[in-house]
Amino acid sequence: MIKHLRSAADLDAPTATLILDTAGEMAALAGREVKKLPTLRGRTVVNLFYEDSTRTRISFEAAAKRLSADVINFSAKGSSVSKGESLKDTALTLQAMGADAVVIRHPASGAPHRLAQWVDGSVVNAGDGTHEHPTQALLDAYTMRSRLGRLDGLKVAIVGDVLHSRVARSNVLLLTTLGAQVTLVGPPTLIPLNVAAALSPKTKVSYDLDSVLPDMDVVMMLRVQTERMQDSYFPSAREYSRRYGLDLARMRKLPEHAIVMHPGPMNRGMEITPEVADSSRSTIVEQVANGVSARMAVLYLLLGGKA
Amino acid sequence: MTSYLLRGVSVLGAEPTDLLIRDGVIASGPATGADIIDAAGLVALPGLVDLHTHLREPGREDAETVETGSRAAALGGYTAVFAMANTSPVADTAGVVEQVWRLGREAGLVDVQPIGAVTVGLAGKQLAELGAMATSAAGVRIFSDDGHCVADPRLMRRALEYVKAFDGIIAQHAEEPRLTEGAQMHEGEVSTRLGLTGWPAVAEEAIIARDVLLAEHVGSRLHICHVSTAGSVEVLRQAKARGVRVTAEVTPHHLLLTDELAASYDPVYKVNPPLRTAKDVHALREALVEGVIDIVATDHAPHAVEDKECEWAYARPGMVGLETALPVVLSVLGERWDLIAERMSRTPARIAGLTGHGTDLAVGDPANLTLVDPSARRVVDPSELASRSRNTPYAGTTLPGRIVATFLRGEPTVLDGKAVK
Amino acid sequence: MASPRADAPSKIILSASDLHRVVDRIAHQILEKTSGATGTVLLGIPTRGVPLARRLAARIHAFEGIDVPVGSLDITLYRDDLRLHATRALGKTELPGGGIDGRRVVLVDDVLFSGRTVRAALDALNDEGRPSSVQLAVLVDRGHRQLPIRADYVGKNIPTALSESVRVSLTESDGLDEVKLTGGEEK
Repeated sequence: MIKHLRSAADLDAPTATLILDTAGEMAALAGREVKKLPTLRGRTVVNLFYEDSTRTRISFEAAAKRLSADVINFSAKGSSVSKGESLKDTALTLQAMGADAVVIRHPASGAPHRLAQWVDGSVVNAGDGTHEHPTQALLDAYTMRSRLGRLDGLKVAIVGDVLHSRVARSNVLLLTTLGAQVTLVGPPTLIPLNVAAALSPKTKVSYDLDSVLPDMDVVMMLRVQTERMQDSYFPSAREYSRRYGLDLARMRKLPEHAIVMHPGPMNRGMEITPEVADSSRSTIVEQVANGVSARMAVLYLLLGGKA
Repeated sequence: MTSYLLRGVSVLGAEPTDLLIRDGVIASGPATGADIIDAAGLVALPGLVDLHTHLREPGREDAETVETGSRAAALGGYTAVFAMANTSPVADTAGVVEQVWRLGREAGLVDVQPIGAVTVGLAGKQLAELGAMATSAAGVRIFSDDGHCVADPRLMRRALEYVKAFDGIIAQHAEEPRLTEGAQMHEGEVSTRLGLTGWPAVAEEAIIARDVLLAEHVGSRLHICHVSTAGSVEVLRQAKARGVRVTAEVTPHHLLLTDELAASYDPVYKVNPPLRTAKDVHALREALVEGVIDIVATDHAPHAVEDKECEWAYARPGMVGLETALPVVLSVLGERWDLIAERMSRTPARIAGLTGHGTDLAVGDPANLTLVDPSARRVVDPSELASRSRNTPYAGTTLPGRIVATFLRGEPTVLDGKAVK
Repeated sequence: MASPRADAPSKIILSASDLHRVVDRIAHQILEKTSGATGTVLLGIPTRGVPLARRLAARIHAFEGIDVPVGSLDITLYRDDLRLHATRALGKTELPGGGIDGRRVVLVDDVLFSGRTVRAALDALNDEGRPSSVQLAVLVDRGHRQLPIRADYVGKNIPTALSESVRVSLTESDGLDEVKLTGGEEK
């Protein structure tokens, strides 16, 4: 089993499939009255969050607690972190506390890689800068597989700000590993120039959402921050949503079985209209529930054996 | 003053001979009373000259001082280094450049020649007192805002023109700032994969293209710092073909390392301009051999541990390089001693107007030279560096060549591979 | 657990026909002890407990025409020896419709050894619901209990040395029906 989950590229197809299968078992257990399992009793999981992300932190916290791990939340606010303690010094502190795993969310790309050099425990990337968010990709893949029954051969469009999206990077890597065909869609300013060569040669790129939709099994809308406008990535929110937003008319172009995903938090009215977000094709709420199962699976597989 | 007889030395790779150093110069005649140094198998080169060194003093003496940087330079075979202006305070007045120059004299390990800032505080708004620095005791001839680009085209034009009055030269850090906001590494496949903001090659090439046109227009000399891309090489090749008075440098690390190293997220590989692709490395090597790129300069950039043992984005860019420059160049060019002397000693001395360095080691020339053992191989150990900082990208790498001795005006600064003081 | 060497001597304890007879007997005993299997649920412990539970249900059906609900109960997440081994993949937990509350659960496993698996199964069961009672059926009891646990139905008691290993093969998972004893030479 792997020691760290820093990137979706850490996962080969058998390992990724094992995580998804394990997540399935975890999800089944989530349905019963007693949700807690004794599995990780005595193990310590630290949530080291340098960015506000209540939903991701809560998801990891719930996952760790359902497996009976001790959870320590170490947030950048109100701690020595904001007083300028370096990541390395924080790492040494966590090491001294005997952390078996550190779940890290950080605004700097690669911070989990650095952390892994300084602690003995496992490091789980919960989102680093504009790099990756591998557990999000796992829960997305899990959601697709449970809705559509397979990943191999699935056609997935990832739409929006791919350039700044850690979700997109992890999804391209993981989905490609599992045999899906990913098409990245967005304005050329928000699609990295050499994205296919960088991530996976099988990745396709399109600047025209309408032409892509009829062929897709999954369309994943990425959050687009309005601040990108100031940097001239696109002229206006209105023009963006007109060209790349998912509304009812566009949703109708999808095949009957296709699903609509969003990693959240949504900008309703920007990349997705409320009618689409709340439609029966949308898996947005499911994704949240699946997030706990996927993270339980990751924590179990990283910590549930001999260290 | 002690005399030295270098017995059996190969000057620039020629047949072994004896070289006598007396009264600070290369001498002839009987070697009576001279200390004899067995130099069999060693190659003598004119002392190396580095047009691009960061000595950090004043301001960041925790990272490097003029003295520790001088020692590192001597151990690397250098007899003269040019100290960049981005100190704190900035070397933008006669007072600061004279301070650095004086510290260099006191250390007495290499000739430390200060570079003056082009603009006040490196802010790119207003010309610094270039004339005052030129006529100071430091005799500044090279001006650079290195670390920052002189991005304003009008200011760049004025600077190029103004320094003509005292045969000065502007050394440009070519980086279009709007194209590199937040940039962390070379923009390419690796930056996309790593999610690090890209530093596109065009940001360098566009400034070089603009500046060679400006230099041509006003008939001034221009020097380009740390050229890093194949596209820049093309721009320079065309400019030189047209007769533009432009010279250019490349760093050892840009001749050897590529952006793939960033995949570790270890900021020891973070540098500005960033490590580029294998294709760029290839083009830079060719350009250096051909002479489109005139010289090798280290861009020795020491940084304190806390500025490197952190997240990539928070780390300061730069690598130490004085002690590994010649071994890296040897590994890239091979034992082409005359070419190495040309690129690392003669031409940099000529660009800077520095007399007494970069000579042919003929009788009567000042004895500024270094002895290299080309057969030795060394595993780079950061803890053994004389620099106060440890940020070498070559830790654990085996490099060819060992600097055995360095002489500054006939006095040894390095003997048996160790600094004399 | 000591794993036997490949060339270790091995002895067949139960042949295919022995094994079938033993399953038939346990099925009869269950019918007897549970008043015709009323309110009874068979839960197999993965891996080999699951096909065994299915066989028992099939035999009960053959004898009496009664359909006993069958499910599986994975105990991996309840094991007390997780830290001693590389991470294990999970088995399936599938409770029959109607659940286990108020019903008699018969846990089915292939080999009863230290009793730790059954201890974990009881914990897992406790989190799944509240059965009226719990019984245990095993194909082989090889002794060496480390916990105060005994089986209600035993196919065959096999005295073993700790260094020996009992290998149960079932057609469903291994392509043949057989129980073997291997090893036992360890000094």
